[in-house]
Amino acid sequence: MSVDTKRIAINKTYKMYVDGKFIRSESGRYFKCKTANGNTVNMCRASRKDVRDAVIAMRKAQPAWAKRTAYNKAQILYRIAEVLEGRTEQFMQASTDEGVKPAQARIEIETAIDRLVYYAGWCDKYIQLFSSVNPVESSHFNFTYPEPTGIVALIAPPVAGLLALVSLIAPAIAGGNTVLLMAHSKFPITAVTFTEVLHASDVPAGVVNILTGTMDEVIKQFATHMDINAVVYAGPSDDTLTLLESNAALSVKRISTNYFGNYADANAQNPYLILDLQEFKTTWHPIGL
Amino acid sequence: MAKQKAAAINLAFNHGWTYAPAPESTDHIEIKSQYDLFINGKFVAPTQGQYMDSINPANEKKLSSVAIAQTADVDKAVKAAQQASTGWQKLKPSERGKYLFRIARMLQERGRELAIIESLDGGKPIRESRDVDIPLAAAHFFYYAGWADKLAYAFPGRDAQPLGVAGQIIPWNFPLLMAAWKIAPALACGNTVVLKPAETTSLTALKLAEIIQACELPPGVVNIITGAGSTGQALVNHAGINKVAFTGSTQVGKAIQKALAGTGKKYTLELGGKAANIVFEDAAIDQAVEGIINGIFFNQGHVCCAGSRLLVQEGIKDVLLKKLKLRMDTLIVGDPLDKNTDIGAINSKEQFGKIKNYLRIGINEGGNMHQSNCTIPNKGYFIKPTIFTDVAQSSRIVQEEIFGPVLSIQTFRTPEEAIEKANNTPYGLSGGVWTDKGAKVFKVTGKLKAGVIWANTYNKFDPTSPFGGYKESGMGREGGLHGLHAYVKL
Repeated sequence: MSVDTKRIAINKTYKMYVDGKFIRSESGRYFKCKTANGNTVNMCRASRKDVRDAVIAMRKAQPAWAKRTAYNKAQILYRIAEVLEGRTEQFMQASTDEGVKPAQARIEIETAIDRLVYYAGWCDKYIQLFSSVNPVESSHFNFTYPEPTGIVALIAPPVAGLLALVSLIAPAIAGGNTVLLMAHSKFPITAVTFTEVLHASDVPAGVVNILTGTMDEVIKQFATHMDINAVVYAGPSDDTLTLLESNAALSVKRISTNYFGNYADANAQNPYLILDLQEFKTTWHPIGL
Repeated sequence: MAKQKAAAINLAFNHGWTYAPAPESTDHIEIKSQYDLFINGKFVAPTQGQYMDSINPANEKKLSSVAIAQTADVDKAVKAAQQASTGWQKLKPSERGKYLFRIARMLQERGRELAIIESLDGGKPIRESRDVDIPLAAAHFFYYAGWADKLAYAFPGRDAQPLGVAGQIIPWNFPLLMAAWKIAPALACGNTVVLKPAETTSLTALKLAEIIQACELPPGVVNIITGAGSTGQALVNHAGINKVAFTGSTQVGKAIQKALAGTGKKYTLELGGKAANIVFEDAAIDQAVEGIINGIFFNQGHVCCAGSRLLVQEGIKDVLLKKLKLRMDTLIVGDPLDKNTDIGAINSKEQFGKIKNYLRIGINEGGNMHQSNCTIPNKGYFIKPTIFTDVAQSSRIVQEEIFGPVLSIQTFRTPEEAIEKANNTPYGLSGGVWTDKGAKVFKVTGKLKAGVIWANTYNKFDPTSPFGGYKESGMGREGGLHGLHAYVKL
């Protein structure tokens, strides 16, 4: 009797990524996600507790990340690009699973890689660009420079593929923030796949965290959580944005948008997107003996 | 030896003799008995004909009547600003700048008059309105005047465009200066303005309206409408404005942020503070004492960036407290118009009550209160310089903004403890660091979560120096190159 040599594929368990670890939701829940070719995969459904846990990890990681030298942050962003370049085919698969046409997927992945390199280059330059020495009248050396806002929640746009995610994450972490990305419930596959790249790229634990689940369940908490400093919304002006803005008032949270009809557009990358997540500090230092 | 040292500290500054009164004369100033709203280049009566009294807080006497703008008046002002917008944006930027230069010059020309009115209306000492508020207001217009035709250099890679109409709401602690902080950058960037001064301090803003008229600024480019909270609310909610700039309490700031949700209007908020003034053992102590005094008693403590929490390193606590108390005793509290006065009148009856309530809270929480042994006038709203020791990080007088001459004092052992205590409030506007060591300055200032930090100095302001907060102290900057960002689309 001959042995059947057919190999059974190893299906991936999709997990979320918090504090440098691949985790399931503490709630144990999942939701079903349909791929473009009709398969159904199970995705973790994040709870509000998962958000709180992620925020704790981000708060812990943020000062050390901000304190890394600009050169080091730049190299880590560049490293993400390097690792991604070698995994292009994996992201071709993930993108097409989400319904992106192959030709388009390739353009987007290449643009995403180039965008990471673009922001890697900004890491040690944006502070120079946005800082100033101020010629005050009194005898003081007075200067202003940007510091990271801190803990940032990113709300992914309702679009498939990697490019939008990179467009949100890169300027935030280049500026020394730690981020929590909420993947769109319809397009979680690329986001989850991207966590493997992050994990392999020397990105310190807690700097980038990615949750999957239903937006309705956690979005309000993004604005009401007192230890989240800023929320970036990648969507059009709609009720969700209004809800975020309204609840942000609770802790004077910064709400900005990073939304482009086409993230491949050259304008979808610029240093002002780093600036959206910065605070300016002005220091007065006396001049004298 | 120890006794001699103590005696040397006990310098008697004001025992045995007193200063002769030196009041500023008021015969050359002009305050009308009634002020209307400044809309579209003219003073117009409010539609419902309502006026409110403007009181001199130093003697509780009425200075003038000021119009109350209702929704219909706000609407008129916003429409005037909208109509003026096109012409103002079309004007050559260099010519736009010239109007601002004109305003700066006329503020200087009429500086003394404005200083006196500021002190009469708001209660601040004349020394301060004369030497700080008014000159800085003029300097602010002068600084931003020069930006009007140089915006292309401010935002690399971007073509900065004006936002349209800015609705601006300012507080009562630096009335004319805050008007300048708001109006100058807005106009330089090509916006038109509707400004609402605080209800207790409208007079210098109305004098500014006269100056704007005299400078022949095109009608409608700046509109100044007086009134209370409801006027401000109507302005914030008006569909015709594109931007809100607010300076005031965190509570109102949050309400504004909430009200603006979903409107697409841009906003900048300059809110409250509870700044730590950190004194290390190696600081020049006498200099630090001056800085502590200036940090909390400047402008009666009505300063959002006031150094209202003193953090002193344990080893020098006793000597510093002793020197601080002695220095407090030399402060002269009284007539704002007297050039000798250090601390003037509390701005309003309401604020007076609020501060007194916090004194009670501090005592009830177990704090040890000490007030200077000065005399204060029988009439008017005055509070003696006050310090609290034996307070906890969780005490309300440590966590909440009092906006008065009340200092809480805590100690620390290590720089890390100082930084942790300093950052442990929802606010993040300002801070102070006193040490002789440059490296320590940079380490500590780098770790404070605050927008403005003074090293070995306190409460210094300059038009070129950006000002604004982290966390619940607000967002956006005023002053300097960074102040332009609040008034442009990129």
